[in-house]
Amino acid sequence: MRGVSGYFDAATATPLHPAARQALAAALEDGWADPDRLYREGRRARLLLDSAREAVAAEIGGRPDEVSFTPSGTVANHLAVLGALAARRRVGRHLVVSAVEHSTVLAAARRHEDDGGETTTVRVNPRGRVDPAAYAGVLRADTALASLQSGNHEVATLQPVGEVWAACRERGIPLHVDAAQTVGRLPSYEDWDLLTASARKWGGPAGVGVLAVRTGVRWRSPLPEDEHEAGRMPGPVSLPLVVAAAAALRARAETAPALARRQAALVERLRAELPRRIADVEVLGPDDPQDRLPHVVAFSCLYVAGEALATELDKAGFSVSSGSSCSSSALTPSHVLAAMGALTHGNVRVSLADDATEADVEQFLRALDPIVRELRQRSGASDL
Amino acid sequence: MSDLRIDVLGRLCPLPIIELAKRIDEVEVGETVTVLSDDPAAASDIPAWCRMRRHDYLGETAEERGTAYVVRRSR
Repeated sequence: MRGVSGYFDAATATPLHPAARQALAAALEDGWADPDRLYREGRRARLLLDSAREAVAAEIGGRPDEVSFTPSGTVANHLAVLGALAARRRVGRHLVVSAVEHSTVLAAARRHEDDGGETTTVRVNPRGRVDPAAYAGVLRADTALASLQSGNHEVATLQPVGEVWAACRERGIPLHVDAAQTVGRLPSYEDWDLLTASARKWGGPAGVGVLAVRTGVRWRSPLPEDEHEAGRMPGPVSLPLVVAAAAALRARAETAPALARRQAALVERLRAELPRRIADVEVLGPDDPQDRLPHVVAFSCLYVAGEALATELDKAGFSVSSGSSCSSSALTPSHVLAAMGALTHGNVRVSLADDATEADVEQFLRALDPIVRELRQRSGASDL
Repeated sequence: MSDLRIDVLGRLCPLPIIELAKRIDEVEVGETVTVLSDDPAAASDIPAWCRMRRHDYLGETAEERGTAYVVRRSR
């Protein structure tokens, strides 16, 4: 068996950064007390929490008092969307999202609609990118919130956040940026009003999300009142996990540019080699590396069930995810692939862990070809 | 009117596309194949297949059960 080097699902969860492991152990020792208590143990926990908040704020281009920790990126997205909508209810009940947002943002949008609100979904081009002019074109006087991801979690497309933010700003509309795939990987941006992220995407532990609300941006919790996390997330945070998450992010920031360059080269190799070695494969997302996340590449193989492909790759030692839904009629295929007009079956997403090497990528390519051939042969689709 | 109709109700992806690919040559260039499918993936995959195989996708209509997707053989 190959161990961690065949782990190609970092866009879901990145293996724990060594700095996080160390910080976690230290914080379990020193950070167990309630940081709101004024005695010595509480003050020690408070110092750890403050320092974690400062580290995260610095990395996302915000201020510490703008940053709240949540139990996951999912909750952060739900709260960002529903809280901003609640605070601007008097302005209107119109929400704008892109068609390729994370399912957690779209779930919050559906809740908004169930409550009588309205959502406009902005389409994307075949590479998965929204047109900023089209996005600006649907903003209205009663638009309470706009939401746009920084980079797409399935096909790696970077979105024109800066341009959309400028268009929103002109109209006084706050922009929520789901930055789960870029925080800790690409330089931080100033162009957001609400920002969300997830620590397990950057090598922190699962169980930590980030919700940042810019000073002056109106936001009202859709949950019962509670004083924790500046009133944005009820209940005490898991301090050891938060400390570990911040340590991973801090450690990662130093190496991020070099890592991104290395990963982009591996992705480039995959994008070039896949169509050369596999018949009838569509490589998804933008061709220009400047328009992509550094660590993610997705492709679809014609006439193959995505789940079968992922299962066979797992047997060969490669862990990937798939946006296909060929195994059950109850499930619908990836809304991202459908919005792009891409083939939804035979889909594989490779997202590289930090230690992925050229040899891993080469072995993956070698393993993939016979698997695709075998699956096509089984369904009589070899010569179609 | 379509020249060939394929019923793949109850069959999941990629089988509807494989069936379409297997049978497209049964019609002449310029004639159509209609695929009746209730697989949610077909809505994306039939137009995508047409793009990849350079056939014309003419559109879809809802039927009592499933959706009818119409493809014109163009080469």
